[in-house]
Amino acid sequence: MAISDVQEYTHLTDEEVEQIGRELDAIRAEVEESRGAADAAYINRIITIQRSLAAAGRVALFASNRKPAWAAGVSMLALAKILENMEIGHNVMHGQWDWMNDPEIHSSNWEWDTAQPAEQWKHSHNYVHHQFTNVLGYDNDIGYGILRMAREQKWSPFNLGQPVYNSLLALLFEWGVALHDLDIERIRKGEKDPKEMKRQLKQIFRKGRNQVIKDYVVYPALSGRNWKTTLSANLTANVIRNLWSYVIIFCGHFPDGAMHFTEEEIEDETRSEWYLRQILGAANFKGGPLLHILSGNLGFQIEHHLYPDLPSNRYAEISVRVQELCDKYDLPYTTGPLYRQYGQALRTIMKLSLPNRMTSSDQPEPPTPSRDRKRKTDAERPPRRKELGGWMRTAS
Amino acid sequence: MAATIPWTRLRTAGAKLTTPLHPDDYLRLLNPLWSERELRGRVEEVRPETDDAATLVIRPGWGWRYDHRPGQYVGIGVQVDGRFQWRSYSVSSPPRRDGRTITITVRAMPEGKLSSHLVNGLAPGTIVRLALPEGDFVLPEPPPAKMLFLVGGSGVTPVMAMLRTLDRRAQKDGTPMPDVVMHYSSPTPERMIFRDELDRLEETYDGLTIHRLHTDTDGMLDLADLDHICPDWRERETYACGPAPMLDAITEHFEAAGLEDHLHLERFSLELGGDGGEGGTITFRTTGKTIEADGATTVLEAGEEAGVGMPYGCRMGICHTCTLTLVSGKVRDLRNGEEFDQPNEQVQTCVTAAVGDCTLDI
Repeated sequence: MAISDVQEYTHLTDEEVEQIGRELDAIRAEVEESRGAADAAYINRIITIQRSLAAAGRVALFASNRKPAWAAGVSMLALAKILENMEIGHNVMHGQWDWMNDPEIHSSNWEWDTAQPAEQWKHSHNYVHHQFTNVLGYDNDIGYGILRMAREQKWSPFNLGQPVYNSLLALLFEWGVALHDLDIERIRKGEKDPKEMKRQLKQIFRKGRNQVIKDYVVYPALSGRNWKTTLSANLTANVIRNLWSYVIIFCGHFPDGAMHFTEEEIEDETRSEWYLRQILGAANFKGGPLLHILSGNLGFQIEHHLYPDLPSNRYAEISVRVQELCDKYDLPYTTGPLYRQYGQALRTIMKLSLPNRMTSSDQPEPPTPSRDRKRKTDAERPPRRKELGGWMRTAS
Repeated sequence: MAATIPWTRLRTAGAKLTTPLHPDDYLRLLNPLWSERELRGRVEEVRPETDDAATLVIRPGWGWRYDHRPGQYVGIGVQVDGRFQWRSYSVSSPPRRDGRTITITVRAMPEGKLSSHLVNGLAPGTIVRLALPEGDFVLPEPPPAKMLFLVGGSGVTPVMAMLRTLDRRAQKDGTPMPDVVMHYSSPTPERMIFRDELDRLEETYDGLTIHRLHTDTDGMLDLADLDHICPDWRERETYACGPAPMLDAITEHFEAAGLEDHLHLERFSLELGGDGGEGGTITFRTTGKTIEADGATTVLEAGEEAGVGMPYGCRMGICHTCTLTLVSGKVRDLRNGEEFDQPNEQVQTCVTAAVGDCTLDI
């Protein structure tokens, strides 16, 4: 069921909704206030570890003809790429570390180690996905334009291929992400501005070319006679990173319990309701500190969506308080072990490759009728709401 | 220079290996000074000058040119509680092309969190960020034959760089010290930065006369006394650096004499823009546009109204797409009242409004 009014769905009064908003604001204020030297040391340490791993992996692979060196090189390189994409790149580009006022670790100029240009990512992810989280027709991350991930999305025979598209997406995740801001669905429907598309493709080509040359030309060439094994090692490291980030990303909004919303919800949505939508629309997974670091702390997806620009190393402590708040107001807080969360996402991919009548819903309530929703361009997206304060843009 | 070109080329080629990062991002793991991404330096020594002032000896990293002009200041960025705070201080060392270090001299200001940290809390070995030398308060080339320095308190630092330059030239190739008269106001003899060195210089050079005034016991400098301290002050190029009231009085005195063209000033205390009221004129540096904005209009809205192609995203302070560099001035975060006023600070334009006049880099 897609939710059209989050307040009604949660059976909360106006006052309770506002109170939740105030409590969540208070948590943000406290964390902002307490950011300090320990947090700065954390991100600097992660960056040092990541770069050391990358350098060591590359060096080890000069001897890639020896099996242990190949294995060690692949592990270190894959680990470095995972850390860079998940805990460093994604989070730095969210502005989580902008408060340090360090231009070397700043959302305005960070380029991450993947084919997607940072500028496009900040639009499609930080803005479109985070503001319009799980709103049908607005959030392109509900299936990325290639998978049908909500029963409300209209079925077409194209969806029968979902198991295949899914495997390809997992293996080639870096390249799937690279095309993220292009908005595949709008291109398919011929609604994309060709000039903008050309600009974006050029940008992707330039970035992607450098990535390809680095991993598949320069380093193999430097390995001399070992070029073949270095090439296979780099390919393996990239695939490992692809599979891992794919699994983590798919655990964010696709497990059971992560709800979808209709455009009625975002009409006149208050900041507090926006908060509620983030809680209902995201899913966490459980694990130890190492798992959380390797997944960029996206196991705290709910906390990340409430506070996308607070430092990721704080999400663990924030999650304790968010869970208390959810208990207090009887709000669902979706979490579970990683294998179960991913398992549910995978099952939904398989199920929704078929028409609704052939499968049953895994969400508790009956689904909202499916209909073909037109994708919204930025111009069609609503302006922010008045109650957010004097700093918001007045609807004009 | 010949040696730097292959290095630069090598590192550019190396970027193929490190893309999207730069080789410097890896090299600085080996030595923190091996990076040109941001200018940086290592604090080699913190030398106490007085009870509340210290000289920092800094070894700059790659990309630094030791060609500052005597009297210029540099920006220094220090991480305090995880956050880089920036201030500008005069370089007190003379420029030397073969140099390996520069020095800045800092006085801990009451309530000056950063200056206290620099004087008392900075351990040798700390890596700081640097900004290239700037400022027009410099010793001209060639130096005027007759000069007058009027300094108060830590305003002595840029003048010290000038004196040291003159001293160095005299030592090196016998260029005679010009006719220099210096007036130096300080609350007490103990608080006089560079006291011993100035004594020594005065002994060495006949051309250098220093007039010392201890304002705690003898009162502030009365400019009417200038005729006694330096009877020929009207014939000299005058360089003044010190607290704002002192500089105001000096300016008035020189204007009254019609000699303002011969007066050169350095104001080292920060002038707070406006009268503390909100809003102000926002200047967009690259596009050359300006607009008046009140204290409730965000920088982003103001920029759009002025016709600047402002980057924006969520407009609610979440996505950081709108972040721009605040070149100068102050803005306030409308969400929590937090103020940003560091030069070249990154600010989110969608949630900040001008506090007084400010300039953004777009």
